[in-house]
Amino acid sequence: MAGMDSQRDRKDNRAALPLVLPFVLVYAALFIYPSLQMLATSFTDGALTKQGAWVGLANYERLLSDRGFGAALRNTLYFVALTVVPGTLVGLALAMVVNRLRGYWQAIALSVFFVPYILPVSTVTSIAYLLTDSPNSPLGGLAQAANGTTIPVWSSAAWFMPSVAVLTIWWTVGFSVLLFLAGLRAIPKNLYEAAQLDGAGRWAQLRWITWPLLKPITILVLTIQLILQVRVFDQVYLMASQAPSRSATVLVHYIYSVAFQRNQAGYASAVAVALFFIVLAFVVLQFQLLRIRRAK
Amino acid sequence: MSGGLGRRWDLGGLALWVASLVLVGLWAFPLAWAIFATAGPADATAGFFRTYSNVLFSTDLGRWYLNSIVTSGGVTLFVIAISSTCGYAISQIAFAGRRLLWYGILGSFMIPVQALIVNHFFLIYQWGLLNTWLGVILPQLIAPIAVIVYKQFFDSIPQELGEAAFLDGAKHWQIFLKIYLPMNWGVTVALAIIVFIGAWNAFLWPFLAVTKPEMMNVTVSIAQIRSYGVSGLAAALMAGLPVVVIYLLFQRRVTEAVTLSVAEKDEA
Repeated sequence: MAGMDSQRDRKDNRAALPLVLPFVLVYAALFIYPSLQMLATSFTDGALTKQGAWVGLANYERLLSDRGFGAALRNTLYFVALTVVPGTLVGLALAMVVNRLRGYWQAIALSVFFVPYILPVSTVTSIAYLLTDSPNSPLGGLAQAANGTTIPVWSSAAWFMPSVAVLTIWWTVGFSVLLFLAGLRAIPKNLYEAAQLDGAGRWAQLRWITWPLLKPITILVLTIQLILQVRVFDQVYLMASQAPSRSATVLVHYIYSVAFQRNQAGYASAVAVALFFIVLAFVVLQFQLLRIRRAK
Repeated sequence: MSGGLGRRWDLGGLALWVASLVLVGLWAFPLAWAIFATAGPADATAGFFRTYSNVLFSTDLGRWYLNSIVTSGGVTLFVIAISSTCGYAISQIAFAGRRLLWYGILGSFMIPVQALIVNHFFLIYQWGLLNTWLGVILPQLIAPIAVIVYKQFFDSIPQELGEAAFLDGAKHWQIFLKIYLPMNWGVTVALAIIVFIGAWNAFLWPFLAVTKPEMMNVTVSIAQIRSYGVSGLAAALMAGLPVVVIYLLFQRRVTEAVTLSVAEKDEA
């Protein structure tokens, strides 16, 4: 909040109004209002394009015994477990690869890791399909050679989530690489020089210099990933056409199918409110962790 | 680790080099393979040409590109316009409700927009905007991060600059347009690029808001074609091409903007 109290004291509502109004209107109409409406709809039996009647807490009671919701929650948490910590560690490793290089090589390595992050999800999923779907595809061929037969990664309950997690890490890790790289560059070079003079090897330098100094950035990356991945939809939905829905449906996908395929907007809103509380819990966790970090 | 020759033949160092090379190769492979695969088995250049001209002229790719350009461009323009002005006001003008607005913006990260799809759909349906460009654009205008970045940058401009102009009788909107905005063109360009890329790549909302094939964004339509042959792959690569080109042209700005959006939010 720096700067907020050192401003001109005189209130100038008339000058501020036209500058603030467009944002406030958009924000009120497309964010505040739909959020409140989500809450209100969750107490009704409304359909997608029709307001419903008040049903009290019925939708929330239904949540507790709904196996589809339970499965979606489990699948989401499974996806989070498969992507957040592994993705952060891979991001750190790749950032260290980039940081070791110099000049052109550094720029090339960074681009190689970052370009997938720029791609639209449907490009990524199309590539993933063709890489794996037949014995003639590179990964399918590899599985054929090692295993005798291709592995139906996108239609098997056991393989589906781990495969989507690998795809997700390949696709999005560039973001974490950037943040880690900024962190690595901020570490003073003379720390390493001094450690080398003291005879510290690579591992000792990593253990006693790099890792402790990167801890704050690691916490930031981890919590950003946590908040991001719990809201996953696009790539899971696009890869799920052949997968058993019990093991491939995540929370946002469940909201989508309850609302748009079963036309139960009231119940879908209750699921959305549940998602809201899960994200809220993670946001609060992030806030607390970052505050502890800053207080040190 | 004893310098000179010993260092050159250091086994640990060699292992790290090999590991680095393997990682770079692994990350480059899927995209590189996809590009080669679209050439088909025969003569590469001819195959390349045939595949891509086939995709360009036998599908509605041109129309889908247009939809993507209009909606992503619209989102970018609106977001930059409403958040730069709002960021200026919060940074430079004392007005009623300013604190409330600022905390409202900071707090909005708690609500996942994915949770709002049902109500966004209802709203856009009521306004009769399903299957229109505006209907695709509107719910994507919630970009609190842009306001935060602008506010932080405007805060860091020396107060005397605006004050002097103010005493000369300039109005706030003039100071904003003539001093604060031009002083932060770099920020505006960086934000515009990542907002555009984000809107181009958006999937969930454009997928829900449009059911008519001729109104679809390119990223949605290629997922709907579902022909996973070589031409499907070529179309998928074409859908990503514009954003990759933007990235390659403005590499530094893109990476700056991504780190910036995280850092400024963390600061605020």
